[in-house]
Amino acid sequence: MSANSAFLTRDREAWVATALLAGLAFVLVLLIAVPLWSLLSKSVQNSNGQFVGLANFARYIATPALVVSLWNSIWVSGLVALIVVPLAFLYAYALTRSRMPGRGLFMAVAMTPLFAPSLLSAISLIYIFGNQGFLKSWLFGASIYGPVGIVLAEAVYCFPHALMILVTALRLADGRLYEVAEALDTSKSRVFFTVTLPGARYGLISAIFVVFTLVITDFGIPKVIGGQFNVLATDAYKQIVGQQNFEMGAVVGLILLLPAIFAFLVDRQVQKKQVALLSARAVPYEPKANARRDFILLAFCLVIGGLLIGMLGTAIWASFIRYWPYNLTFTLNNYNFANFDPQGWGAYLTSLKMAGLTAIFGTAIVFTGAYLVEKTKPAPALRGFVHFLAMLPMAVPGLVLGLGYVFFVNAPWNPLNIFYGTLTVLVANTVAHFYTVAHITAVTQLKQIDAEFESVSASLKVPFWMTFRRVTLPISTPAVLDIAVYLFVNALTTVSAVIFLYGPTTKLASIAIVHMDEMGAVAAAAAMATCIVFTAMAVKLLHLALDRLVFARYQAWRKR
Amino acid sequence: MPNHAAMTSEAPRAPERSFLSIRSLTKSFGQFQALKSIDLEIREGEFVCFLGPSGCGKTTLLRAIAGLDRQSSGNISLRGKDVSNAPPSARDFGIVFQSYALFPNLTVADNVGYGLVNQKKPREVIAARISELLALVGLPDQAGKYPAQLSGGQQQRVALARALATSPGLLLLDEPLSALDARVRLRLREEIRALQRRLGVTTIMVTHDQEEALSMAERIVVMNHGVIEQVGTPEEVYARPKTAFVADFVGRMTFLSGVREGQALVRVGDQALRVADAPGFAPGEKVEIGLRPEAVRFTESAAGENRLAMRITDLEYLGSFVRAKLQGEGASPLILLADLPFNVMQDRAYEPGQAVIAELPASALRIFPARPFFPARP
Repeated sequence: MSANSAFLTRDREAWVATALLAGLAFVLVLLIAVPLWSLLSKSVQNSNGQFVGLANFARYIATPALVVSLWNSIWVSGLVALIVVPLAFLYAYALTRSRMPGRGLFMAVAMTPLFAPSLLSAISLIYIFGNQGFLKSWLFGASIYGPVGIVLAEAVYCFPHALMILVTALRLADGRLYEVAEALDTSKSRVFFTVTLPGARYGLISAIFVVFTLVITDFGIPKVIGGQFNVLATDAYKQIVGQQNFEMGAVVGLILLLPAIFAFLVDRQVQKKQVALLSARAVPYEPKANARRDFILLAFCLVIGGLLIGMLGTAIWASFIRYWPYNLTFTLNNYNFANFDPQGWGAYLTSLKMAGLTAIFGTAIVFTGAYLVEKTKPAPALRGFVHFLAMLPMAVPGLVLGLGYVFFVNAPWNPLNIFYGTLTVLVANTVAHFYTVAHITAVTQLKQIDAEFESVSASLKVPFWMTFRRVTLPISTPAVLDIAVYLFVNALTTVSAVIFLYGPTTKLASIAIVHMDEMGAVAAAAAMATCIVFTAMAVKLLHLALDRLVFARYQAWRKR
Repeated sequence: MPNHAAMTSEAPRAPERSFLSIRSLTKSFGQFQALKSIDLEIREGEFVCFLGPSGCGKTTLLRAIAGLDRQSSGNISLRGKDVSNAPPSARDFGIVFQSYALFPNLTVADNVGYGLVNQKKPREVIAARISELLALVGLPDQAGKYPAQLSGGQQQRVALARALATSPGLLLLDEPLSALDARVRLRLREEIRALQRRLGVTTIMVTHDQEEALSMAERIVVMNHGVIEQVGTPEEVYARPKTAFVADFVGRMTFLSGVREGQALVRVGDQALRVADAPGFAPGEKVEIGLRPEAVRFTESAAGENRLAMRITDLEYLGSFVRAKLQGEGASPLILLADLPFNVMQDRAYEPGQAVIAELPASALRIFPARPFFPARP
């Protein structure tokens, strides 16, 4: 190859990388930045689109009912965090710092809420403690419809999220510190308070903020079990869907954005410190045998795990019951969705289609995007911008992003408004909603690949897309599968963002649950939720099987 | 290999045959200047080592030559053609990294053929070239294996074969031996040198290991803090270091602070040492004298030039020789290192505490300007 033609080749390479990055930046601006901007601008406009400054915010503060919701949201979210984080900490401690039997099983059990829409636990609570609940008497006359139900259901929904953070934090322990403490003859409780707890404190802070944000922005649970108890998320829904008061909806959305942004910033600080905590020379902690400790922790995990399974199981069981609680015979009638919802099984199929498309397009965009950001050289400013956009959705709750989409896609001036209510918008919104975690997964994977692969390829005059196809992508198959499954499961279970965006032909299963529950068809709602849970779990199991297969077949090179 | 047919003999090559020419090259990372106006000529077929401590800019210079990290200013020309702004793929080089950077999901053969496949050559031609290269690096029967199934030394040979596959005019080696065991490193050192001689490919190797540089390079470029301290053959760099840094980094050297007195006299403490002529230093100027430990001789009589009465304070056994730490007598005693060959040691049976007469031959004393921060050694 002559130097001259090589010049052109390489220029083409830089040009291709820049063009792809520019295209990606455009897509992400459209998917993430513009909807957020629409939300921001809507909050300072009146219904005619004129700028009114902070008038909407003033009106919000002057409306007592709305302020009550704000306060309700704050104390409920705080209470859930206070309940969930200590329980999750102890559970995580049992999983990482004991030799209790069945740790893998308990981890799997604790993850089950992730495979269901958040409102599934609310439906279960209605069956247990509701007007016809078999344990209604346990509430001593209090009603499950209201803060009690919200707190309990949110606790279940948030438990796996807090647990994952705390397990990670507790795993990052330097075994040497414990050996030193033991050599110095330190008491167990002192070791716990001087080594274990400080080591996990960043994880604890992070978990508290994550739980708080999850609760305050969750829509499904307060909708199903909140009764007359108003919170911010249900306010936003009422303002937008009920009263068509977009401006006030935008204000509520912005208020919801604040704790999420705060949590995001705290988490970033925490991440930085957490990394610095563990030196490269640290030795993993190996718990010693201690029958008494293991027994106590096992008992605790059995109780918590039992409650989680019970919450899931109640809804599933109830979905097969003829008439709760009077006629407990088996029936499949509740799965005859056409009797409860005009869409019938169509909603479920729409959900599958939406989740499938989200997984395919989302994975393709996320992984290619992460590669361009991480492994190409041209246009550093553009790469930084794309990375920023990719990290942004982490700080934006689904409900808020959904509101942004409503304002953006619904706007009469927007030629894209023909997409309103279509599957396209639902997929775009869901990809944007879950972009960050997928992006981080991809970047983490790519960072593990030798940075010199691209240098070697350049020296051999092989363009980067060839190396991407022949080397990077095959090596990264497990991470790509992870991303696809993550997107699929979340697309299946999400409620909060899509509730504003579905159209007459694109109602999703998770929305059908909300509607059937609203009409009083709780058993059908439970049945639909059961379908989602089983589908999500089947996909996860398929993923595990496929992962094994991929490792066996295509990743022969990993073995020695 | 077509590119390297014209290997010139050992005779000094004319400067106009310059293969790679670097002019006032600088590279900054924000405030930090990694390279400060580097000028360097490399001749065709030469084996050059960039030697220096970590952070001296040697890898930055190599990556600038490759085009992987663009310089901030200055020019690079290859075969008389300016490639300063050319992308790596337009520069005609092969590169080997410390990490091997072998593609883990491709077999050894596919790794070696990676650059050939892209040239759209017939399959048989590529296959023949791959076996030729694998035979060249001594791995003829490993073609079907994956990199993870090979030892470190084998992986580095595959990386070498891959870099040579497209017959590049320039071979760049970035600390290629640093990740290997000591024994494998020694063997591969010889093999790379032999291969380079055979192919005649112009080669630049970056290393922080002075022994590696001395044993492999035809010329060594010693770098420190982004500047070239000295360029020369291994013999020149070792025996006639231009700066105290070079003297200290390449081989071991004891430094003594002194003041220039006469034409060829330096006062160190209360001793006056005769040195070979030291031009460029004014009388009364502060200087440093450098002395290699192996240049110190032990004699019987104190009569004569540069003979000092000293005492052995410590003996360190280093296999084939013993390093003695010597301390002079007087108010501000000199401290010197002296290497004694093992046989001398056996004959004389020196012991710590013993008084000796050390001769510091004037021809072995090198004079450098005093450094602002004189390191406390030995």
